[in-house]
Amino acid sequence: MFMWIIKRDLLLAMRRQSDVLTTLFFFIIVVSLFPLSVGPEMNMLRTMAPGVVWVAALLASMLSLGRMFSNDYVDGTLEQMLLSPQSLSLLVLGKAFAHWLVTGVPLVLMAPVLGIQYDLPTDALLVLTAALLLGTPVLSLIGAIGAALTLGLRGGGVLVSLLVLPLYIPVLIFGAGAVEANMAGVAFDAHLSLIGAFLLVSIVFAPWAAALSLRVSLE
Amino acid sequence: MLQGINLACIRGDRELFKDINFSLEAGSLLQVRGPNGSGKTSLLRMLCGLSNPAAGEILWRGTSIRSLSGDYFAAVTYIGHLSGTKDDLTVIENLRISSALAGSEISMSQASDALKHMGLRGREALPVKVLSQGQRRRVALARLLVCSTTLWILDEPLVALDVMAVKLIQKLLEQHLQRGGVIVMTTHQEIEVTATSIMQLHLA
Repeated sequence: MFMWIIKRDLLLAMRRQSDVLTTLFFFIIVVSLFPLSVGPEMNMLRTMAPGVVWVAALLASMLSLGRMFSNDYVDGTLEQMLLSPQSLSLLVLGKAFAHWLVTGVPLVLMAPVLGIQYDLPTDALLVLTAALLLGTPVLSLIGAIGAALTLGLRGGGVLVSLLVLPLYIPVLIFGAGAVEANMAGVAFDAHLSLIGAFLLVSIVFAPWAAALSLRVSLE
Repeated sequence: MLQGINLACIRGDRELFKDINFSLEAGSLLQVRGPNGSGKTSLLRMLCGLSNPAAGEILWRGTSIRSLSGDYFAAVTYIGHLSGTKDDLTVIENLRISSALAGSEISMSQASDALKHMGLRGREALPVKVLSQGQRRRVALARLLVCSTTLWILDEPLVALDVMAVKLIQKLLEQHLQRGGVIVMTTHQEIEVTATSIMQLHLA
């Protein structure tokens, strides 16, 4: 069942590649705008790089949150999922995982390339990628709660950002912090461990909270 | 098997219905009737467990469906107004995925047999978005052929179907009742199903 939902969502993403590509290109463009507008001041670019990449990743992941449940809501497939004898939390976990595969993984793969624009040293690029790899699934998981809560509401897109962005802040702080620590020559593994902890906590709690919200939203 | 006790439904500040009572044994069909907006769909969603009644209780084999949750869902197939099919997936993918998510995985051949039976032969590999309204309905109803549930809750299953398909569905319903299944459905059409017990519930 877990595999089926992942397979289904990936298949749907394949059939609608434009949705996936818009998120990725949004990320690429936002990250590239800063070096263009700030100018070739290497030191400044290096300092702001982690923050900019992370903020762009948050916004890009937010952009696709609306689609996580709303399409299924409109055509009635979500209703059918709620009537599944298997655990709805597991199903939400599968959907969040598929969402991460489709929106998070491309960002993680693109980040080291984009980091070059900011003159980041190689090891900082590696830390950035590692932090994103651990942090982007948290974004999909927490985002699932927001998407479930705002399901079927008018203007849900804006509301979801107000609900979800504050919850993203810890990931943002430690994600960007890891890269800054590495560039300052201090240990960064504590930052990564904390993001890992966020990931574990959200794997346990976010699907459960999102499943409850879905039941309320569909009543 | 399925019992409703003093069910009431409130939407906003309007009371749609109250004091609805019924009791269905194996092999019986309940047809819910009433004008538009009388709460037929709300009642069916309640019986599925998608929403909670404002008052009263629904019992399945003597136990409240709220405490059964997963076990109850394993015994129910609900086909609502919305087709529950994905436009971008093909007909056969839709059937296989919806069955798997409903807890019963089916093989490729089982799925294509069911679609053939529903008159969708040769359309298995088409995306659902190119089908007509009636054909989409057939895809949704094909789930009835492959599910092994006892209770079928059908919201206007005959809408958009042609005469042949209506006959097919009526036969399907009859067979289900003969197997000892239970059906709750709404329809504005007259249904010609021979069964031991057909009950009607009128919502004012």
